[in-house]
Amino acid sequence: MQGRKIFKGKVVGEALVTGEDISFYGGCDPETGEIVEKGHHLEGKSIAGKVLVFPSGKGSTVGSYVLYALKKAEKAPLAIVNRIMDPVVAVGCIISEIPAVDQIEIEKITTGQKIEVDADNGVVTLIE
Amino acid sequence: MVLELTSEEREMLEGKHGKATRKAMEIITALGEIYGAKRLIPVSSVQIAGVSYDNLGEAGLEYLSEMAEDGQTRVLTTLNPAGMDMVEWKKHGISEEFAENQQRVVDAFEKMGVVTTCTCTPYLIGNLPHFGEHIAWAESSAVCFANSVIGAYTNREGGPSALAAALTGVTAEYGLHLNENRFAQVRYEVQTELKETNDFGFLGQVIGNRTGKAIPYIVGVKKATTEQLKSFSASVATYGGVAIFHMEGITPNRTTIPDKTEVVTEEDLKQAQIELDDEEAVIDFISIGCPHASIKEIAEIASMLKGRKVSDGKTVWITTAKPTKDLAIKMGYYDQIEQAGAYLVADACCAVAPLKGRFTGLMTDSAKACFYARGKNKFKTEIRTMKDCIREAVS
Repeated sequence: MQGRKIFKGKVVGEALVTGEDISFYGGCDPETGEIVEKGHHLEGKSIAGKVLVFPSGKGSTVGSYVLYALKKAEKAPLAIVNRIMDPVVAVGCIISEIPAVDQIEIEKITTGQKIEVDADNGVVTLIE
Repeated sequence: MVLELTSEEREMLEGKHGKATRKAMEIITALGEIYGAKRLIPVSSVQIAGVSYDNLGEAGLEYLSEMAEDGQTRVLTTLNPAGMDMVEWKKHGISEEFAENQQRVVDAFEKMGVVTTCTCTPYLIGNLPHFGEHIAWAESSAVCFANSVIGAYTNREGGPSALAAALTGVTAEYGLHLNENRFAQVRYEVQTELKETNDFGFLGQVIGNRTGKAIPYIVGVKKATTEQLKSFSASVATYGGVAIFHMEGITPNRTTIPDKTEVVTEEDLKQAQIELDDEEAVIDFISIGCPHASIKEIAEIASMLKGRKVSDGKTVWITTAKPTKDLAIKMGYYDQIEQAGAYLVADACCAVAPLKGRFTGLMTDSAKACFYARGKNKFKTEIRTMKDCIREAVS
């Protein structure tokens, strides 16, 4: 799938997919990588080390620093794949150096699937 | 790539101006690409948010320290409020540990050449752009004031993107930097007279809630002070996603007038007040200065507190910018306020200071302060005029 590069990098990993937007500030524990927003589809799940696939970001601009905190705590997602990248998440990926791609049809990806994110070329490939 | 860069901008992106500048340019060009900007434009002024250690945490501080290793501001840059008065924090009940961390945040900014007076009203203390000037400001109330009241051009920046603009001197040309995105979309007819500053807060709350991201064109407000426009800007930006508004006869931007009209009545403003008044609120904290109090407001408060005493069990914070506090000291207002047992707190505010658990009920004249007191600090709130807040303090 051809999308758009937001931040460079090339990784292979397991997808964690949600159809709901994510607010990193207040919605994700910066120390554990667990989604803590009440009633969120991923509540209780950890995003650490996963290729995190979701439509877009929402909420406070402090969210960028939460992604940075996750990276420092080694709990950041391996890569981020969005339908439309929100500037707060984009800035978060850039300052934390997390490979990120958007303009991807995320419905085609399912949780647990092994996928390759080639952010340099903006390409996401389903491996299994 | 549609985004065209000058040779100097490309050099920044390639790292020829250091690590921090490269990172900053990566942020700016990425945002430019996301929003379809064709070029970057110079900015003459920056306001950075994300200063309180209470919001930043250790990770935010670490990022700033990394940027401060070789980053230097290229334009006038000021800071949003910190979590404490940088000088008199101890007597306001701030812990040593917090103070130390807050100082590290401010030191990192200072190392980068940021003017480290911490205020949400930079336009009152010397960071004042003029009509038509392109700037990169964070702090939603100041963004709204700058775009609307002054007629400068800025998007609603976040902390890292504002810092990026400071280190490169440029921002991507999209959104509110382009005239076509600044036209009014909904006309609001105000059918009641606004008297006190908090009435402007209520109006901002009503319009913010209704308008979401649609740019308002407001008619029926006959006159407004700078303080009242500062209050309206804060409120409309807090309750809506609005970063610019037009007020007929008061704000300077050109716009077409939308046909779609909504009416704001006295009843709507009363309802706004009812929404911010918690019935079971027990007031133990009174705070004025959201956004930061002007010298005119401080003079008025001082004259009300002169010779009076704040009653037992109540804490009073009047929050303002450090240069304004210095002026208040010179004028004797500081002594009048502090001798009454209230505090004139510089650099900080009741929304970003580490106050959770210290109080239960806040009385304020600010609709914005109520929003953060409830959400972040779990206080009950009551909103009154500034005079009534001071009367409550000494009752």
